[in-house]
Amino acid sequence: MDDKITNLKQNLEQQLSEVSNLVDLDKLRVAFLGKKGSVTGLLKGMKDLSNDERKEFGKRVNELKGKVAKSIEEKTKELKEKEIEAEIKAMPQFDITTPANLARGSYHPITLVQRQCETIFKSMGFTVEDYSEVVTDYECFESLNIPKHHPARDMQDTYYLENGQLLKSQTSAAQNAIIKKYGKRLVENGTPIKAIFPGRCFRNEATDATHENTFFQMEGVMVDKDISISNLIYFMKTMLSEVFRKDIKVRLRPGFFPFVEPGFELDINCLICGGEGCPSCNRSGWLELCPCGMIHPEVLKEGGVDPEKYTGFAFGLGLTRLVMMKYGVKDIRDLNSGSLKSLSQFTDDE
Amino acid sequence: MFLSMNWISDFVDLSGLDKVELINKFSLSTAEVENEIFYKGSDLSGIVVAEIKSVENHPESKKLHLLKVDIGGDELVDVVCGAPNVRVGLKTAFAKLGAKIGEIEISPRKLAGYTSNGMCCSEAEIGISDDNSGIMEITDDVKNGTDLKDIYEIDDIVFEVDNKSLTNRPDLWGHYGIAREFAALAGRELKPLDIVDLAKYNDLKKIDIKIEDPLCYRYSGLQVENIQRNTSPVNMRIRLYYCGMRAINFLADLTNYLMLEMGQPMHAFDSRKVEKIRIKRFDKPFKFTTLDGEERNIDENTLMICNGDTPVAIAGIMGGLDSEIVKDTTTLTLESATFDAASIRKSTVRLSHRTDASMRYEKSLDPEMTVTAIARFVRLLSEYDSNIEVVSALTDEYAYKYDKVTLTFDKAFVDKYTGIEISDDRIIKTLTSLGFKAEQDGDVFTVDVPSWRATKDVTIKADIIEEITRIYGYDNFDVNTTRSPLYPVRMDQVKSDEEKIKDILVKKYNLHEVHSYVWAYYDEQKELGIPVEENIKLANATNPNIETIRRSIIPTQLCQVKSNIGYSSSYGIFEIGRVVEGVDENNLCVEKKMLAVTLYSKTEDIKTLYFKLRDILATLTDDIKHKALSFKSVEPTHSYEHPVNLNEIILDGEVIGKIGIVHPVVAKKIDKKGSVVYTEIDVEKFSKSENASIQYNEPSKYPPITYDLSVELKPGTFFSNLMDCWKGIREDILRGIKIVDTYDTDTIHSITIRFEFYSNERTLSSAEVQEAMDEIINRLGDIGVTLRK
Repeated sequence: MDDKITNLKQNLEQQLSEVSNLVDLDKLRVAFLGKKGSVTGLLKGMKDLSNDERKEFGKRVNELKGKVAKSIEEKTKELKEKEIEAEIKAMPQFDITTPANLARGSYHPITLVQRQCETIFKSMGFTVEDYSEVVTDYECFESLNIPKHHPARDMQDTYYLENGQLLKSQTSAAQNAIIKKYGKRLVENGTPIKAIFPGRCFRNEATDATHENTFFQMEGVMVDKDISISNLIYFMKTMLSEVFRKDIKVRLRPGFFPFVEPGFELDINCLICGGEGCPSCNRSGWLELCPCGMIHPEVLKEGGVDPEKYTGFAFGLGLTRLVMMKYGVKDIRDLNSGSLKSLSQFTDDE
Repeated sequence: MFLSMNWISDFVDLSGLDKVELINKFSLSTAEVENEIFYKGSDLSGIVVAEIKSVENHPESKKLHLLKVDIGGDELVDVVCGAPNVRVGLKTAFAKLGAKIGEIEISPRKLAGYTSNGMCCSEAEIGISDDNSGIMEITDDVKNGTDLKDIYEIDDIVFEVDNKSLTNRPDLWGHYGIAREFAALAGRELKPLDIVDLAKYNDLKKIDIKIEDPLCYRYSGLQVENIQRNTSPVNMRIRLYYCGMRAINFLADLTNYLMLEMGQPMHAFDSRKVEKIRIKRFDKPFKFTTLDGEERNIDENTLMICNGDTPVAIAGIMGGLDSEIVKDTTTLTLESATFDAASIRKSTVRLSHRTDASMRYEKSLDPEMTVTAIARFVRLLSEYDSNIEVVSALTDEYAYKYDKVTLTFDKAFVDKYTGIEISDDRIIKTLTSLGFKAEQDGDVFTVDVPSWRATKDVTIKADIIEEITRIYGYDNFDVNTTRSPLYPVRMDQVKSDEEKIKDILVKKYNLHEVHSYVWAYYDEQKELGIPVEENIKLANATNPNIETIRRSIIPTQLCQVKSNIGYSSSYGIFEIGRVVEGVDENNLCVEKKMLAVTLYSKTEDIKTLYFKLRDILATLTDDIKHKALSFKSVEPTHSYEHPVNLNEIILDGEVIGKIGIVHPVVAKKIDKKGSVVYTEIDVEKFSKSENASIQYNEPSKYPPITYDLSVELKPGTFFSNLMDCWKGIREDILRGIKIVDTYDTDTIHSITIRFEFYSNERTLSSAEVQEAMDEIINRLGDIGVTLRK
């Protein structure tokens, strides 16, 4: 009997050393330890033995069983390690430095800059308004203190439609409606009118790299009891510094617009040369960016707000211009071209 | 408009001040100055008066002459000169050795064998006129050798003001008004104009002038005789030239000079042609030849100056050829008038003829200025031509006077408007320096607006604020935020939906946002065979290609897809933009805000692309509104729409747009091998749909039972038809339906639908599920849908 155990042991060691994968190992396990396995088989021959011998033999077979199980377990562990090792070895080192395949869409740059401006003004309690592109003469001119035959109507070459309406030549065309919309709240509850309205404007002019007949502006108005020129400068400076994410120098010059009094042209320090003077700013160091002013009393009156009690400011920021400055777009026509070679470059810019 | 600092300095003493800094201040406080400032004469030195003492022909050149000139030294100077007007006794401008003209330094130079020790100069060469026909002829009595700069105002600083920034300032269209601004900015005094007293001619006969039309506000005239001078003084010519005008002759130059000085246009007629001056319009159109020789069409709205019934000038724009000053003119009649600004402006537009005079009249000139201008004219005339004789009394018809403007306001008003503290004293001082009469009584200011600002410019209190603040300087303002109560701000629903749509399309589906014009693209659409739909048109489009407003963004977008072929093998573009669907019953445009999306692919088949677009729309709706869309097949109405695959998109039972495959004829024109699908939805309708709030479903603890059913669909039967078959059946436990497989052959279209049943309260029995399924199968049978064998 001892021989049988010894033989089995040797046999196992022999076979274990030859096993090279987990499948064969499992077969080996079954062959030794399975119901019909050779270790189990040993126990079958026990019936011929005496009680004592049987006890002794049983003990030894159990020891053997334990040893075999342990050997197989160790072998399993070893093979698993080898397998992982082999898997690792089989894996090549990938070149992650190759150009990435970007799956991305793009926003129109106007959307990006418009959102930035909106975020700034929303954070200061302004509402964001939407307005149509086709407007009436009243909205675009009459309500803005620009009566018929006023030279200001010549200054903006307006696209008129066959029915007498027009494509709005300035976002100010929404001023009257906005003042009317929030005027009641101002008078009754003292809620200031604080609104911006980005929108598309149209001018009947020939296009080239710096002129477009279709462009975006963003109008802003604020009306309350004590709104001053000093406040106007503050809001303009704050907004522009936020948009460009640096401290922006601004200056105001008198500018004539019938719907503001006083009216201003707002210049900012040239962003390219920092004010030294360069071709972009026509060597002046300044860029004209934004007409603005104190809302003309007639405009307030037309909107149903008493100019003796309330004052306000308004501005018309050139969004298209801002986009060109911010991203260095040289040809304004790229923006309406629909060309993905240009436009696909503008991913999120929050 | 060009402005001369020398001229301005006639009226305000600016000595000791930095002129360029003043000009910059003017730009920030009054009107925009162009960047380039011209330092006239700065590149010129060593130019002296020289008298030609002898002239010899050059032996070998027909053109050249050998001169000896006297430049005030002991010896005459030898000069070779090619000018045609050389003659003994002529005094001219001479660049002596060492003189500088621009980059050139004059040195002895050999010309065809003879040395020239200097150069006789034309006026153009020294930059005081554009006359290059010969060397300058100096007629003034000046000593030979005198530096030209000592006798003539060659050195000057000239700057240009953007005319547009003067639109509302009629007073700034002449140097005197500009000088007033400089005086205020520099804190110096403005000198009064040097004029003659016209009252001394009151005894002379009057001119026959009658204003017969309200468009003429004032008409002043004076007759003058015996003008002998023909060429204007050099300094006057230099100023005119520096300010962008050519010298013509003394009389014409003087009217121009007056206009540039005072902003008042003037005109001189041959008195024989204007015996009875009448200002009026005519009932019928006629032709009229202006002094530039052009025949112009005059209509019944154009104001004319007439001699009786014969027109002699277009009021405020240009004189007529027939009444011009000619050689045998002995007496001339001076006109100094004011007309209705809008009328002049409209006439210039109709005639498409804008002149220096009309440009000024358009700005609403001060009628008070006409007589002063004549008094100044006579003053200058007699200064330069002592022979002249005034032969009429001043005749002044003053038909329309502007109201005097007086404004009152208190200090609190100024404080409120400016937001800073500007002292009482400063307010008074600033207004006074600008010609306002300003008085203070306690807290109240009373201000009389001067006539030159009262024609339209300064009419309300807020205008006074501008006067005070611009001279104060906006750079000097303290900058403060507002003190206003705070209220919550709600985003407009359409705007908010729009932003979400953009984010989903860009971030989730990698689409590209584009912009396009609001009008249909004639030329580009033609290439694709998409006719431009009839719609409202622009009334004044300069380009017929952009005449018609678009009804849909899709044709535009298909053009854009085509223009991007080659960008990539697959791409999608979108735009949220406006369209106009004709006009409503009030003849107002029906404007809509649309979202248009177009997908193009060379690699994906048309069905995949079509379903991708459908899923994009469904995702937008699910994500933003928590709702589902439905679709309904419709007949095409446009050439680009596909006859089979075109659907209306329905949300809340309302049609909000269309989705479709591009008609193969158009698609092939875009790209022979590519697939193109599109959709367009009304963003405002989409936005109007209420956001269904999220209903939370507790996950069930009990296992679901799924039941797969494979059915065959006959052509014309859609999944949407099947949906009625399980409507209302065990909605308490039938919780999910999806398609898990499709199987298509040429003849069979079959799908496998998976029904999911579960309950949150208990484990379901297979019997109750089977019962429900049997009912569904029955109903499917009723509409002719059979189970797949």
